[in-house]
Amino acid sequence: MEHFTGKVWVLGNDIDTDIIIPTEYLALKTIDEMKPYGFSPLRPELAGKIGSGDIIVAGKNFGCGSSREQAPEVVKALGIRCVIAKSFARIFFRNAINNGLLLIEQPDLYDDVKEGDTIAVTVNQDIEYQGKRYPIHSLPDNLVEIINAGGLVKAMRRRNGLEA
Amino acid sequence: MGMTIAEKIIALAAGVPEAKAGNIYTVSLDRMMSNDGTTHLTVDMYYNRLKNPHIADTKKMVFIVDHNVPSDSPKTAASQKKMRDFAREHQIDFWEGKGVCHQIMMEHYVRPGELIFGADSHTCTYGALGAFGTGVGCTDLLYGMVTGTSWVLAPETVKFNLVGKLREGVYPRDLMLTIIGTIGANGVNYQVMEFTGPGAKTLSVNDHMVLCNLSVEAGAKTAIFEADEIALEYLRARGREPKAVFASDPDAVYEREYTFDLSEIVPVVAKPDFVDALAPATEVCGVRIDEAFLGSCNNGRIDELRVGAAIVKGRKVSDHVRFLVVPASQEVYLQAMEEGLLQTFMESGAIVMNPNCSVCWGSCQGVIGENEVLISTGTRNFKGRAGHPSSKVYLGSAATVAASAIRGEICTADML
Repeated sequence: MEHFTGKVWVLGNDIDTDIIIPTEYLALKTIDEMKPYGFSPLRPELAGKIGSGDIIVAGKNFGCGSSREQAPEVVKALGIRCVIAKSFARIFFRNAINNGLLLIEQPDLYDDVKEGDTIAVTVNQDIEYQGKRYPIHSLPDNLVEIINAGGLVKAMRRRNGLEA
Repeated sequence: MGMTIAEKIIALAAGVPEAKAGNIYTVSLDRMMSNDGTTHLTVDMYYNRLKNPHIADTKKMVFIVDHNVPSDSPKTAASQKKMRDFAREHQIDFWEGKGVCHQIMMEHYVRPGELIFGADSHTCTYGALGAFGTGVGCTDLLYGMVTGTSWVLAPETVKFNLVGKLREGVYPRDLMLTIIGTIGANGVNYQVMEFTGPGAKTLSVNDHMVLCNLSVEAGAKTAIFEADEIALEYLRARGREPKAVFASDPDAVYEREYTFDLSEIVPVVAKPDFVDALAPATEVCGVRIDEAFLGSCNNGRIDELRVGAAIVKGRKVSDHVRFLVVPASQEVYLQAMEEGLLQTFMESGAIVMNPNCSVCWGSCQGVIGENEVLISTGTRNFKGRAGHPSSKVYLGSAATVAASAIRGEICTADML
């Protein structure tokens, strides 16, 4: 089972897509150009501090709002390994999977975890934080295949023998 | 076991006799809509990532430029050119400057019983005509464009029984903001809101659109009304026939039910920074505003323009307020012109703009600055949605917005 650890950034409830990447930066040509503005309305300094492999833990309804696919792309480009939230908005959920960003629903971790601490995630099994285990649901195989390939287009290319 | 309207539409699109909430179906899409928010990304993926790029059925595709109209920068112009060129090359129906995408779709395409994907979260509007419309990202749109199909997890349906009738001076917008404030911004996450009951019969197609359009702000996958005689008449008047007219079966399964008495609804606002931050409009009276916006796919149709114009007629917009009036489509614009509404707005000091998304999505026009306050008939009031991160957006009805524009601070129409 896939296992990794990461430093936690804690965000609140209802983190919307305009916070993840505000409209005014959507005209930028590449996700890398948009990346520094990720979460800027809420925490302008955050994008510069997030390191590769870090984990976001948030409350309910993460990703609510617009269908802009730049939102999960920016989160992924910032180096975020996965987002753990009490719940996700549905369009964001689908867009994240399609872009190979792992999302995990967990009802209790958000209430306990402190920013800067490290957690250990075992995909499809549990999250460990300060000796306590927080169970998580399994993702269906077809979604795991898409996430591991790095997104829907890559998964289809792999399935059709166009990509290793 | 009976089916809901949503389950029946999914079953028809999947070519199966029965669909049940919780199961995943491969569906044939009736139509796909994409706008200038993300079409350039879809086009990039189409050309650069696919080995055999092709479109399953170009007649199912509609491209609409509405988010930045007319374009406001070389970057925007470039992404719109990419979209325009692609549409022309592939003979895709292409609209530019004619209106907000969902208004165009309702006026020209949507039919009861259809399953429609749109690369825009407010695609849920189409339930106003008994269709299943839902928002997706550009990768899902690309997949649908190439294969003509997609997968959907059939959602549970939550029933909203509407009873009674809205009182004078209270609008469907007040009703929907009240519903969202009651159930919360993820109150129906991944579920379908089905509006029904005797109160639903008192509402027009325009009113249905107001309710369905905002359902995504409660997390819904879509919202839907049974296509009634009023909806079918709307369709006939535009020369279209339904794909299928469905009603939920008497033994259909609902996840839960709510009842809202329309006669108890009062003018409300959603306070910054969430659509479910509900308050009676009277509670925020006196908040000084810098800008007022009457428009959007939620509330920029002829009904709302009539309400707004009646309030500003013979009055002047406050001298510290910019009042933007943005008809949702050219059809609406022309109608408003014929009725003299645009003249009324301009005589009051309002700025009448061309149909587009405008400040509702915080780009192109009417963007607000540091600490400024906007009262809006738009769809969202997230932090920074309309401009600077420190700015604030209140959502209210056309009547509340127009009255506030005159007063220079938030107030209800009866306070003028």
